[in-house]
Amino acid sequence: MEYILIIISALLVNNVVLAQFLGICPFLGVSSKVNTAVGMSAAVTFVMVLATIVTYIIQVYVLEKLGIAFMQTITFILVIAALVQMVEIILRKISQPLYQALGIFLPLITTNCAVLGVAILVIQKDYNLLEGVIYSAATALGFGLALIILAGFREQFELVDIPEGMKGVPVSLVTAGILALAFMGFTGIV
Amino acid sequence: MNQIQNFTKGLIKENPILVLVLGACPTLATTSSSLNGLGMGAATTFVLVCSNVVISLLAGLIPDKVRIPAFIVIIASFVTIVDLAMQAYVPDLYKTLGIFIPLIVVNCIVLGRAEAFASKNSVFSSLIDGLGMGLGFTLALGILGAIREIAGSGSIMGYKFIQGDGILVFILAPGAFIALGYLIALVNKIRKA
Repeated sequence: MEYILIIISALLVNNVVLAQFLGICPFLGVSSKVNTAVGMSAAVTFVMVLATIVTYIIQVYVLEKLGIAFMQTITFILVIAALVQMVEIILRKISQPLYQALGIFLPLITTNCAVLGVAILVIQKDYNLLEGVIYSAATALGFGLALIILAGFREQFELVDIPEGMKGVPVSLVTAGILALAFMGFTGIV
Repeated sequence: MNQIQNFTKGLIKENPILVLVLGACPTLATTSSSLNGLGMGAATTFVLVCSNVVISLLAGLIPDKVRIPAFIVIIASFVTIVDLAMQAYVPDLYKTLGIFIPLIVVNCIVLGRAEAFASKNSVFSSLIDGLGMGLGFTLALGILGAIREIAGSGSIMGYKFIQGDGILVFILAPGAFIALGYLIALVNKIRKA
């Protein structure tokens, strides 16, 4: 039951983009086409879950054991950067189609604050490893959900006459605001 | 480019948030009041100035191939300093800003200025660039924070001057997106006119 609560909370109630403001850059950057939005969400899900597992193990078995928890920020960002590089190299070797689909998004993910944010939040919320994995997977799906919905809207915007100054980022932000308003309707669930 | 232009470009012409739209996450998350926005801006400015200076000092020594990881380590060190200092001296603000303090390390502006400016320019120019960009960031955060605070609770810097409840949605998440959207649209309009 508590796992279901974690999933609903991370996916809908505290949506990572629309309620917690993490990962806004890719949210605005790669949401112009539904196809690229799907690719980006898949890449983020993959990296986010992997990063959560690795950083959790490092936090518990290295940083806390040695009493150097203040090194968290430096360690985590380096681990995530290295991890993304490694995933990219491995994907290129073992699965060409998957690399073609996700490859171009991987370098962008290092600077996706949602990945580092979730890794730190899992530690702050005192989750165990399984809860952490579920939380990060649900968060990544929430990111994908918001990204794909916005991309769907933005594809329609190409057909609409938008005032000059509102084109591009401003109209996406206002749309995201209305989406966030809609997602607030989930607040009562958990 | 002289140093005055170098300083003012971050404030207006290349304002990191309102024109370049970099670092949107902390902008949206920490501007529920003008004071929080300014606090976040000050923390980012400190990191930006320090990392710009150190990176321009070390630019000749860091091999080209490992420059990005090296920059990230330098930035992360300063972020850790800010994190610990704020925890000790301004615990209330630290609690409000929460996770966005450690996340300065992935703020696109900081790495962006390191890569695009500090690694290629003199120490003094990098210092000025960092200061200009940081103040531009703080300015945008302050403006957005003020708009949201006035509309949402009828107060400014915690001082209430309009009676009543205000438009609650501006304090909440959706208001952040909508206020920033219209603010950028306004800036676009002014720049093109």
